[in-house]
Amino acid sequence: MILVNGKEVEYEEGMTVKRLLEKMNYTFPMIIVRVDGKLVNKEDWDTFKIPRGAKVQALHQIAGG
Amino acid sequence: MTLSVENVRTSRKVLAEMEYTPAGIDKGYSGKSLYVNLSEGKIEPKTVTREMKDIFTGGKGFGLWYLWQAVTPKTKWNDPENEIVISAGPIGGITQYPGSGKSLVVTLSPTTNSIMDSNVGGYFGPYLKFSGWDALELQGKSAKDVVLYIDGDTGKVTLEEIELETGASHLVSEILTEAFAESEEDKKHISVVSTGSGADNTLIGLLNFSWYDPRRKAVRMKQAGRGGIGTVFRDKKLKALVVRFSGLTGKNNNPVDFGKIQKAGVKIHKEINNFDDVQCRMRQAGTANLMTTMNDYDLLPVMNFQYGSHPEGKKISTEVFISKFTQNIYDGCWYGCSMSCCKAVDDFELKTGPFKGEKVVVDGPEYENAAALGSNWGIFDPDFIIEANFYCDTYGIDTISTGTMMAFIMECYENGIIDKEITGGLELNFGNQEAAMELLHQMGQGRGFGKIAGLAIRRMKEFFVKEYGADPDFLQDIGMEAKGLEYSEYLSKESLAQQGGFGLANKGPQHDEAWLIFMDMVNNQIPTFEDKAEALHYFPMFRTWFGLQGLCKLPWNDIEPEGNKQLEEANKVPEHVQNYVDIFNGVTGKNIDKEELIRQSERVYNFQRVFNLRMGFGKREHDKVPYRSQGPVTVKEYESRAERYDGQLKELGYDPESMSTEEKVKVMRQHREEMYEKLMDAVYLRRGWTNDGVPKLETLKALGIDFPEVVEVVKNHL
Ligand code: SF4
Repeated sequence: MILVNGKEVEYEEGMTVKRLLEKMNYTFPMIIVRVDGKLVNKEDWDTFKIPRGAKVQALHQIAGG
Repeated sequence: MTLSVENVRTSRKVLAEMEYTPAGIDKGYSGKSLYVNLSEGKIEPKTVTREMKDIFTGGKGFGLWYLWQAVTPKTKWNDPENEIVISAGPIGGITQYPGSGKSLVVTLSPTTNSIMDSNVGGYFGPYLKFSGWDALELQGKSAKDVVLYIDGDTGKVTLEEIELETGASHLVSEILTEAFAESEEDKKHISVVSTGSGADNTLIGLLNFSWYDPRRKAVRMKQAGRGGIGTVFRDKKLKALVVRFSGLTGKNNNPVDFGKIQKAGVKIHKEINNFDDVQCRMRQAGTANLMTTMNDYDLLPVMNFQYGSHPEGKKISTEVFISKFTQNIYDGCWYGCSMSCCKAVDDFELKTGPFKGEKVVVDGPEYENAAALGSNWGIFDPDFIIEANFYCDTYGIDTISTGTMMAFIMECYENGIIDKEITGGLELNFGNQEAAMELLHQMGQGRGFGKIAGLAIRRMKEFFVKEYGADPDFLQDIGMEAKGLEYSEYLSKESLAQQGGFGLANKGPQHDEAWLIFMDMVNNQIPTFEDKAEALHYFPMFRTWFGLQGLCKLPWNDIEPEGNKQLEEANKVPEHVQNYVDIFNGVTGKNIDKEELIRQSERVYNFQRVFNLRMGFGKREHDKVPYRSQGPVTVKEYESRAERYDGQLKELGYDPESMSTEEKVKVMRQHREEMYEKLMDAVYLRRGWTNDGVPKLETLKALGIDFPEVVEVVKNHL
């Protein structure tokens, strides 16, 4: 398991940030990702592997329609 | 047919006039407002006092203050005392910072019977101010159709009778622009406010504010859409307002520190230039950039807000609208707006209605229109949406209310509450394009079942109960209105904070006060009631500020500066908040900080709440919402998202496997309604209101709005 925005999500071996966002259907273009408190830049999303048990924040940066 | 430029020019008959010397603008204010009494044909200037500026700042604040003085608790929307007030705000009209040309419109609404405000683009507000007027107050009722003309170049205001027999707002705008301009070059100096026949025939009339687009050689329009302001306009027998001002320089506000404004502007223009293509793509898609996102996140209203997405949603995705919009053309609704989001479909050939076969420029669709006139009706055809958008605008009816109320009608039809006999043969099932378009034309033209539809949801509910024996509880659950205003187009079921964002909004459920769905439902950043209450304090106050200044909200957070993501309070976009502090100080010479910015809004926001109280609303009971905005009303709705809802019930300690869907719907409802009550408690506390939602005397005192007439109103409710 990992925690994504405080909610449990099933872990997949070798899961990258990109894969996680796909799994969550997080398609919004303005997302900030932090894994265990550390910012992961967008250019690293398809290589950065999320460790088992990690706390992930995928913060959607908009407060307004 | 009397609609020709020549005819307009020769038929002008002046009923009243006033000559004036336009007051020079000083630090964002002209210091004068223009009062017009349409019953008496009286036109006169008023002085804007220092107290008004200090307490109400401008824009919507001025509108509320003038309206407060004009009406009594007994005044109805169609009484002559009711006013329409239009004001640009002190920052309004600067050209260095994007989104600085908005007009704020305030009136008593025919659908809510209380205060309505609307923030609208187009050139009218800035031109009005630069013509010498911080605000325009329109009171009384004319006996005949009239046009008010403000010539800021020569210093003359005239109330005129003009032969202008059309119910099509786009033609009124076009023809008046042409008739009042001296040349092609002069057209950009004209702005027209008008509406169409739908405003005569429904309670949801809107106002179109125009500007001339020299690249397209076409008149464009933005809408003050919500709450029937156009209906009030026509009730006053106003056909149009025209302003002419040719002296725009970029420094007309006579700001104290031009450099400060310029500096903030340069920074944000660079951000838009560098990042818009990878962020929201406002310049390509406008607010329709949200179509794909909302469908992906189960937030796009589908079939009267029953569902949040649909497989056919891809037919009306962001990419589809990008392909429909004309690209690589400047689409700003005021000078200097590099966000340039007012996209348009050019050469669109209409398939129905009075202009069938004609090619027109369609302003939009924006996100709200596409969701309202498409997915919410179970229709996923972009060309249908574009056509419906055009006709709503030219008939002068609010796209959002039209969308939400048609969706309500369709659900009533599908449930057998109304039938073909009642609708005059229209089979108003979800997805029936032909019937939906026909009903829209009926509303615009005041025919058939359109007359009933034009009453909007609150009155329709009463009518269906009385005339057709409908179940009032079911209609209350599915009729997406609160305070008498139709919901705007986001599904709030899974975000308690957004339920409050809609339900606690002063004018009714429009998302311009707060849009907290991502922060709440997706990011889980505001988990406690206190967190949600803090967000429902900060964001509505912050966003109110745009309406005091003549600003557009979009450049605040639809573009993000580079370092924003590192910041603790990234959702507030702190760098842009500082820009706003700087440009306000730069224009006015004051020295506010970001806390005083919020206080400026709090004064006006609380005053508006008290104003609602004065009109017989503004308490806890009025902040109630339909259950459709909170959770699944029907078994079908529940079962469409059973995994999600069952999971939530398990977290609450239930065993969903042992329950019928009816039981699950019931317990979920109990829980969600309780949560909403607790949310109201928390928000009222944070805002300094009583548990009944009434601003406390100490709150009013701390804000400096405890003048006797305000205290008098509040005292009766403490
Ligand atoms: S962001 Fe769009 S709506 Fe706002 S002022 Fe600019 S062009 Fe107009």
